[in-house]
Amino acid sequence: MTLVNKTTKPQFSYAGNLNLIVTPVFAFLLTLLAVAVWNYSVFDQTTESILQPTLLRTQLWQTIVIGIASSLIVIAVAVPLGITITRRGWPRLKNFLVDTLGLAQALPAYGLIVIFYTFLGTGMRTVIYALALFSLLPVLRNTIVGLEQVDKSVIDAGRGMGYTNLQVLLKIELPLAVPIIIAGIRTAVVINVGMAALAFLVGAGGLGETINSGLKLNRPTAIFIGASMVAILALVLDFLGALAEKYLKPKGI
Amino acid sequence: MSEVLIRLDNIWKTYTPGEPAAVRNLYLEVMRGEVLVLVGPSGCGKSTTLRLINRLIEPTNGKIFLDDEDVTSINASDLRRRIGYVIQQVGLFPHKTIAENIATVPKLLGWKKDEIEARVDEMLELVSMDPATFKHRFPKELSGGQAQRVGVARALAANPDVLLMDEPFGAIDPITRDKLQNEFLRLQQDLKKTIVFVTHDIDEAIKMGDRIAILRDGSEIAQIDTPENILTDPADEFVESFLGSGAILKGLTLKKVRDIELQMVTTLKAPVLRDQALKTISDNNDSFALLLDADDQPLRWLDERALNRTNQPIEKSGRPIAVQLQPEDTLQDALSSMLQSSVGMSVVVDRQGKYLGCCTIESLAKLLVHESPTK
Repeated sequence: MTLVNKTTKPQFSYAGNLNLIVTPVFAFLLTLLAVAVWNYSVFDQTTESILQPTLLRTQLWQTIVIGIASSLIVIAVAVPLGITITRRGWPRLKNFLVDTLGLAQALPAYGLIVIFYTFLGTGMRTVIYALALFSLLPVLRNTIVGLEQVDKSVIDAGRGMGYTNLQVLLKIELPLAVPIIIAGIRTAVVINVGMAALAFLVGAGGLGETINSGLKLNRPTAIFIGASMVAILALVLDFLGALAEKYLKPKGI
Repeated sequence: MSEVLIRLDNIWKTYTPGEPAAVRNLYLEVMRGEVLVLVGPSGCGKSTTLRLINRLIEPTNGKIFLDDEDVTSINASDLRRRIGYVIQQVGLFPHKTIAENIATVPKLLGWKKDEIEARVDEMLELVSMDPATFKHRFPKELSGGQAQRVGVARALAANPDVLLMDEPFGAIDPITRDKLQNEFLRLQQDLKKTIVFVTHDIDEAIKMGDRIAILRDGSEIAQIDTPENILTDPADEFVESFLGSGAILKGLTLKKVRDIELQMVTTLKAPVLRDQALKTISDNNDSFALLLDADDQPLRWLDERALNRTNQPIEKSGRPIAVQLQPEDTLQDALSSMLQSSVGMSVVVDRQGKYLGCCTIESLAKLLVHESPTK
């Protein structure tokens, strides 16, 4: 999975800036293509009923909600967790968590959603929790890596001058870890939006409905429109993440 | 001057119970206004000792006194804000500007904004950096030497009495290091801070220290004394081997030319005639003389052979004087100038360049032998 590899070796300036150009261009081209397909292909009745604009709008909204909500849960859980286990005296817990969450990510998202379904039944909540677990690792791992790569001498100097442990965390470690943590969050958001296409499995809607109907009824146009909408959404959110990474990164590093 | 400012009272530090202690029963006093250098081989615990003072390492046993106050169990962050801290890697905050870095402790202490700003400028000027140029830069834009200047400025910003320095010039190239050391010594003459300075470099210790504590394993003090006394009278074989074979040569940097008894040689005052010059030299039973100008400033070495051989004007015969010494120069300078000199001695002049006397190998040796206690 290229998305995961990206988090293990985060790159900033060069790749980040390239992202700021390539991603929007790609999203724009894909949008053009989708609009062209929409306008110039002849829809039969089935296609037309799959691709009803009101339906698509609802599904797009559902996809956004699932993607964002699961990502917010990930941030709310993984960042504090990462902070906690990088404090002194928790190395075993850290290894245990990273390994366990690695397992969670090794499971197909499909399987994870089904497992959650057996406990939580149908609905959006199931998908959101399943995806939150699925994409916890990139954020947790980047939080840990981000905090651990902070130059030990900078922390030593901070403590030596009289920063309390909390001040060291808030004023030195976290600001210096921000770019790497955001890179992890971007990865999680893209995973979550992409995987939100599976939400239809447990009746949580989303653009997966359109793709699924297209597949079942053999309507390639519908498949293409649904899939490209998911892709465009993921690209746009990734672009917003790249912007955040660029502007939230502290000056001087 | 002899007032004790920092006292480590029988400190023990054990990391794992059962293991040998990293610091064993250390008693150390640091006087107000002195530079105490902790020096010793790697792993002897000198950094540990330093970090015990601001309690970055908490002692297992024993007490720490700062200005007669027991600080062993007060709030460690409050204690550290009263003590300047400089480390080898500098550790500037990369996401903060130079001004923000220097403002760190004043800000923690809640100084007013305009006070902090004025202080930042003052500190940058103190370490010879232009505030307007550097204030708004980030640490990554500085060279190693500049970064450590800022490191020192940051440590001094809240005007602490005590400064802890852990190999502050260790990661800097030799030329810049020498410059920073000299600047630092000059600063210290005005500031009169109480400084504990860690290094593994005995030459740096001799140069920087008012007193030196030589440590061996477990932070045990092998000897603590002035550099002069340690060099001339090492306590035991460990200290001797740590000083290395060049101990006497190292001692030369501590003594000044003015400590030497100067020798007077035959002098001639220009203008002088050749015959007159030769006569004076032979009258004095000498083989050479020093030619001075009308203002008593040394011109050349004249010797009989040179005077006999040439028909040149007397001001151009003989040999030029390679180096002139001043009373403030170290004996090391004196030795090296003697080795360069054609007559095996060097000329000492005062600030105005007037001849004071000559310095010879014999007088140098006499001083050193006289200083060394007989064993």
